Amino acid sequence: MQKRLLPLFALFALIAAACGGSGPLDDPAGGGDTTAATDGASEPASEVAESTCGEGETDGDIVLYNWTEYMDPKLLKKFKKEHGVSVTEDFYPSNEELLAKIQGGAAGYDVIVPSDYMVSIMVKEGLLMRLSRDAIPNGENIHADFAEPPYDPQLAYSMPFQFGTTGLGVDKKEIGEDFPRSWGLIFDPEIAGQYEGRISLLDDARETMGAALKYLGYELNETDDEKLQEAADLVRDASQRVAAFTSDQYSDFLVGGETVIGHGFSGTWQFAFVEAEDPDRYEYFVPEEGGTIWTDNMAVLADSEHPCSAQTFLNFILDADNGAQLSNWTYYESPNEAARPMIDDVVVELSKIPPDVQSKLEFIHDTGNDEIKFNDLFNRAKG
Amino acid sequence: MSLREGAQPGGTTRWALSANAWLVFGFFYLPIVLLVALSFNDNRMVGVWGGASLRWYREMLGNASVIASLQNSLVVAGISTVLSTVLGTATAIALERFRFRGRAAFDGLVYLPVIIPDVTMAVMMLLFFARAFAMVYEATGTTLHLGITTITLSHIAFNISFVAIVVRARLAGLDPALEEAAADLYADRRKTFRHVTLPLIMPGILGGALLALTLSLDDVVITSFVAGPGSTTLPVYVFGLVRRGVTPLINAVSTVMLAASMLLVLFSLLVQRRSQ
Amino acid sequence: MSAPTAPPTLVPKLEDGTGEELEHAATRADSRRGALLALPGFAYLFLFFALPLGIVFVYSFATRSSTGRTILGQWSVDSYTRLIDPFVLQIAWRSFALAAAATALCLLVGYPFAYYIATRSPRVRGLLLVMVMIPFWSNFLVRTYAWRVILGSDGPVSRLTELVGIGQTRLMFTSTAVMIGLVYGYLPFMILPLYASIERLDFSLVEAGRDLYASGWEAFRRITWPLSRAGVIAGSILVFIPSFGAYVTPEILGGSRTTMLGSFIVRQFLAARDWPFGSSLSFVVMIAMLVAALVYFRVGGKTL
Repeated sequence: MQKRLLPLFALFALIAAACGGSGPLDDPAGGGDTTAATDGASEPASEVAESTCGEGETDGDIVLYNWTEYMDPKLLKKFKKEHGVSVTEDFYPSNEELLAKIQGGAAGYDVIVPSDYMVSIMVKEGLLMRLSRDAIPNGENIHADFAEPPYDPQLAYSMPFQFGTTGLGVDKKEIGEDFPRSWGLIFDPEIAGQYEGRISLLDDARETMGAALKYLGYELNETDDEKLQEAADLVRDASQRVAAFTSDQYSDFLVGGETVIGHGFSGTWQFAFVEAEDPDRYEYFVPEEGGTIWTDNMAVLADSEHPCSAQTFLNFILDADNGAQLSNWTYYESPNEAARPMIDDVVVELSKIPPDVQSKLEFIHDTGNDEIKFNDLFNRAKG
Repeated sequence: MSLREGAQPGGTTRWALSANAWLVFGFFYLPIVLLVALSFNDNRMVGVWGGASLRWYREMLGNASVIASLQNSLVVAGISTVLSTVLGTATAIALERFRFRGRAAFDGLVYLPVIIPDVTMAVMMLLFFARAFAMVYEATGTTLHLGITTITLSHIAFNISFVAIVVRARLAGLDPALEEAAADLYADRRKTFRHVTLPLIMPGILGGALLALTLSLDDVVITSFVAGPGSTTLPVYVFGLVRRGVTPLINAVSTVMLAASMLLVLFSLLVQRRSQ
Repeated sequence: MSAPTAPPTLVPKLEDGTGEELEHAATRADSRRGALLALPGFAYLFLFFALPLGIVFVYSFATRSSTGRTILGQWSVDSYTRLIDPFVLQIAWRSFALAAAATALCLLVGYPFAYYIATRSPRVRGLLLVMVMIPFWSNFLVRTYAWRVILGSDGPVSRLTELVGIGQTRLMFTSTAVMIGLVYGYLPFMILPLYASIERLDFSLVEAGRDLYASGWEAFRRITWPLSRAGVIAGSILVFIPSFGAYVTPEILGGSRTTMLGSFIVRQFLAARDWPFGSSLSFVVMIAMLVAALVYFRVGGKTL
């Protein structure tokens, strides 16, 4: 056996030697370079690409790397008609995959759509281009609540265009009208015990551990070992009653009758309820202890070869009419103040969260090395 | 077919064998029947019936992304199946019929693409292409991008192994005397291969090719990592849909693909019959 | 061609060679031909698999930056020492048990199925084989979603049991559902190599065997089975390995309530952004599997 494997190992040793040396082998996107990232910095470690583009300026066709079904094709046609720029659309299923691909050295994309915490990671990694405000006058349309987000305080690298919350969706026909609007629905053994085997939780360390932290009255981004352990114990206990951990099928399960309580993202719930036979049967809410608020943002990659077209596209999406059209198409709420009057009630309704709960909403931050702790505790809690 | 008759066991066993076969076919096609039925579902959610309609077929025709990704999938699957079948078959014959230096190492290497976790292969192919492209840029000043080519190259890399394993299963124990007798007869290696060896291992090659085609048509993780601008394939598109729920649109696309492959099979049967 | 001692392969005729020399020449020529035949495949896999694999191997000794980037240059074996953890072993064992069960089931169902197909007339054989594969040219996710409907508490299986009077059956989110999904997904991987090896059987041997041994079972055990074991081995490997690393099926049909090895590795690369740990984990798993596969081949080839 050893004899068989020896040549392979010899080969690896050779490559190890090749990779270890610096120079031409280091890929351009920085996926493998040797400069260490500075801890906790909100600015990129190295010099960052900055563009000087004017309003409406274009420099060729662009590629939009986006979540699947997150862009109304009609808007892309309209953009082409107005600016003569074609948009090719490619798709990714998660923030993590987006990062992995860009870090790994995939090039050729211009505009990407990272969520809040991912914006901060990508800024620190120097993957995003500093935006030129001259090119994006519609940035003024963004509501004050979203103009200084913790992950990109001056909106220097990203423009939020959709937002939502994470909370619970319930089937009121099954659990009645009179239930506590609390995370206790999944974490309190007495309440949740009634729905054993009919609850789904997000299969996401930060969200589910975060829900437990909120239930305990802690902060969403708590990294204290003891408090995290407490939260993990709650998740472990809840996992006994849970039918499924899923980040993408919770709305199907609820409307399909497999579950009666589900943990998930506001827009997805809304989308599912609208199409259900009897939409009034279901309710989405953010528990009284508070929860996650998140944004999806448009950003331009640092190595974009068409920064001006890309920023013209950002400006186009932040336009009042276009922003409204997009939200009405995606069912996700828009932070675009100017677009708000034109957005359907069914979409806006979600933001009618009681003010005291609103104040307890938090963004998920990247916790650096503690991300491993979150994932590890979550994996072990699930068993 | 007198030879085959020897293989036909007695009453009960024969009955059990065909019963098993039809049960397995039922098992294979049960979800397919449902999948096709649900493609006519008017509701957005696959699992919730909202009446019959052709809504998703209309949407499919109007959805440029789906059509483009289907095209990409077929191109990648076609090319990678053909090339990996040729390379995999040669590999299988070399490993099974010959002794040569480095054979042991090659033997181990052939299994690795089957064994490696999807995501690991995805990451390593991306890193590899990024580094290779950077080196090409340094050397020649040409900028290369990820795309259909890198997807196809990666698919061939894992498909070679699957084809080789299936063909080897066929070759192992295949009596070399047959080929040797033929070699004496034809006294020409190429003719021996074409008229004796190739027909003998054809079922293995066919099996390997079918496997390669299937794997290529279904791969998500590796493809999405080595895909570049404008090269999204159908499974990658579909996988992205999970966040918002897979709609019957994908059932409609699948139904069209199933219908097309069945027609293709039917057509080839007719051609075969005519030529006989 | 006349030298009686020459091996029965094509040997270039040597003018005045003794038998021994001929044999040598044959081996050398054979070796050259074998190497030549192996070259394209080997070169391809070397360039597009072994070299990339080398990069991952190197990454497994790297460290993770606080933002989750892989830092090369600060080499360590931390990601390997972290593998020594009962939790990792538990996950591996769980996945192993699941994969072993799925493989056994596939073999149990797939062998008679492949045998049935292989004993049809040539034209029907090809058609049946293609019919096995056609369902798999739809889309994996859509097929799995169809199973979700079938196994759901409102699905046909549940309705049937309700009709019979046993009450509703809920298969979703159970290990039975995961097993059904795995067998469905990987049964063709078992059938194809089995078919390829059973189809080439010399059935006159089987017939002779039936005359020789009184029972059909005995004939099967002594003749058909040993002659088709190359297919059994290849099929088992093709089913076991992907089942071992499967994660989408356990996630969708099993509700992802317990961590599987496949999703554990994916989580390292994506959610935790810990490429060094993901790489070392993959490497150890791969080597264990490779050793197991080669041993299985060697042992299985002799005794199965």
